Amino acid sequence: MSTGTFGRYGGQYVPEALMPALEELEDAYERYVLENEDGFLDDFEERIRDFGGRPTPLQHAEQLSARYGADVYLKREDLLHGGAHKLNNALGQVLLAKYMGKERIIAETGAGQHGTATAMAAAHLDMPCEVYMGRRDTNRQRPNVFRMRLNGATVTPVDTGRGTLKEAISETMRDWATTVETTHYVIGSVVGPHPFPAMVRDFQSVISREARAQIQEQAGRLPASVVACAGGGSNTMGAFAEFVDDEEVALFAVEAGGSSLQVDEAAGVAPNSASLSTGSEGVLHGARTKLLQDGDGQIVESHSVSSGLDYSGVGPELAYLVDEGRVTPVNVDDDDALAGFHRLSQEEGVIPALETAHAVAWLEDATPEQLGDCVVLTVSGRGDKDLESVIEETAKRDVPNAPEMDVFGGGL
Amino acid sequence: MSRIPEAFADGPAFVPYLAAGDPSYEASVEYVEALERGGADLVELGLPFSEPIAEGPTIQEAVVRALEGGMTPTRFFEFVEDLDVSVPLVCMTYYNLIYQFGRRETGEPGPEPFVRRAAEVGIDGFVVPDLPAEEAGPLRAACDEHDCDLVFIVAPTTRGERLERIMEQVSGYVYVQARLGVTGARADVSDQTAESLSRLSRWDVPKAVGFGISSGENARDVVAAGADGVIVGSALVDIVAEGVEEDADATTVAERLEATARELKEGALAGENVTGPERT
Ligand SMILES: Cc1ncc(COP(=O)(O)O)c(C=O)c1O
Repeated sequence: MSTGTFGRYGGQYVPEALMPALEELEDAYERYVLENEDGFLDDFEERIRDFGGRPTPLQHAEQLSARYGADVYLKREDLLHGGAHKLNNALGQVLLAKYMGKERIIAETGAGQHGTATAMAAAHLDMPCEVYMGRRDTNRQRPNVFRMRLNGATVTPVDTGRGTLKEAISETMRDWATTVETTHYVIGSVVGPHPFPAMVRDFQSVISREARAQIQEQAGRLPASVVACAGGGSNTMGAFAEFVDDEEVALFAVEAGGSSLQVDEAAGVAPNSASLSTGSEGVLHGARTKLLQDGDGQIVESHSVSSGLDYSGVGPELAYLVDEGRVTPVNVDDDDALAGFHRLSQEEGVIPALETAHAVAWLEDATPEQLGDCVVLTVSGRGDKDLESVIEETAKRDVPNAPEMDVFGGGL
Repeated sequence: MSRIPEAFADGPAFVPYLAAGDPSYEASVEYVEALERGGADLVELGLPFSEPIAEGPTIQEAVVRALEGGMTPTRFFEFVEDLDVSVPLVCMTYYNLIYQFGRRETGEPGPEPFVRRAAEVGIDGFVVPDLPAEEAGPLRAACDEHDCDLVFIVAPTTRGERLERIMEQVSGYVYVQARLGVTGARADVSDQTAESLSRLSRWDVPKAVGFGISSGENARDVVAAGADGVIVGSALVDIVAEGVEEDADATTVAERLEATARELKEGALAGENVTGPERT
């Protein structure tokens, strides 16, 4: 009887109080997003163009191309308003909430990019907005906390657990269970109960729709591979969606390998966020998917130098595409991600988000066979939000291609 | 056979909840036994899950304490075996723990091994707040196989077809959520209770009302509004939490729990005798 499944993954595992809201949302998604009722999609497209700045460019990266002996193209989601792909989904959902007659917006955020995008979309559409964020993430991502507040949103720190995205999602679900009749929960990735994974993918698939057309125009062909970083998986699903049927295009989801791929069961901690590569099937936050969990099914805390990838679960559709062999999960550890951050900054003049830096770093590990002769890599966001973390994290380790850090004084 | 019907056989049932293992295994055993002395007709035992999305802060903190105290599904089954109580027991937990126990036992995730083991140690039924009727097929089948009940929550937002779907699957009792939101003690009991109960008037399972009940007076009002039982969690967990804060010994805390249980049970009984317009 399960709805909204991808093979064995997906479904709707939520408290009963939320089920009617999911039915209402499913109905709205079908009517407005899939059938363009009341011209919803036209409205959305106009706003994501004029307010958001779409389409974003597909840039041929000359230095990277020379380095890897393949044409490397960057899909520049960092140039979208707000500085990350997150606006595609946030604007779509806030607009949908408006069409549904909802009065209030809530969201959770890890890196703060989704919260920022939601706060911007809510301000743009004149809706009150509250964003839950793990306490630890509020410290790691101060610029985004300030940006959310500038846009009039309330930012509520969450103190439970390790204070990262997993706890923020649980807390937002609690708020939603109390206010469901008037409030829409803008989930920030292709996770959660049906219809969120499908709906968020649809809003994000503008990335691959544009990239597919752009590469055909610019290179006269389809890419051999598409590379994208995966936290919850919205950037990944957005980058892959329109290529899934092109069997000749290889799809690589780059996860955060953190400091190690081993799980410390006793401490309940995975020093990584590689749920596609190392997780096992379970049920979390409304969906059946691949998770970082211990043998009992307790969710273990994830880790990544990049807060946007720091999540113990992943979208159910991505889990399915991995099982089917269509998407290849790979991972990059914290050290290499920092090297990737500095490399893209130096070689192309593009300062990427730490999330994106994982995808960039993986180009170093990939074999020529994996990459092929033409690569599309999504720059899911820009790195401004991460500068404090990068200074601190770079100073802690020997990153061979980093600038001289002493000038920043005492690690900061 | 599940013993749950016994709990509702003699007038309004008092159904307390505690998180098993909060704050320690030994203390928690004492606390559950104290609840029975205080008049519990059935006990809901929480098996702690790391992401309790349906719980408010009180129970969430209890879950953290119990997990830190070493509670696991395997320890939970030992806990149930160690309890010296005669009332029926319901296991309240989240689906992932039930589902993963199967992987441990058979290599494949699935609910049957958990239910089998639970039935062996004396669990009569389950409440799984993140498992709506749509996803409950496999757990329902395992419960049928092992003569356990599967209790569903009906929320204030549950209407129409959803009510029918739940009615088809529910057994033991129906957990009527008195108000929107997460668990937590509140001073008043919502008007929504009577309205929710009236929507379930045709159902032939006992209706137990929970979410926010904290006093004997609340219990009385809920029964007067037509409930067959009252479920009380956070107000009791608060007593455990207070004990932790004061560093009180387990016996003192158990006495407080017993006294509060008695007050709640008496409240429920008093509700039965309310006549006139208040009784619907
Ligand atoms: C720039 C950026 N990239 C990637 C991610 C990872 O999320 P997802 O996998 O849903 O795209 C985030 C999350 O906050 C982000 O901010």
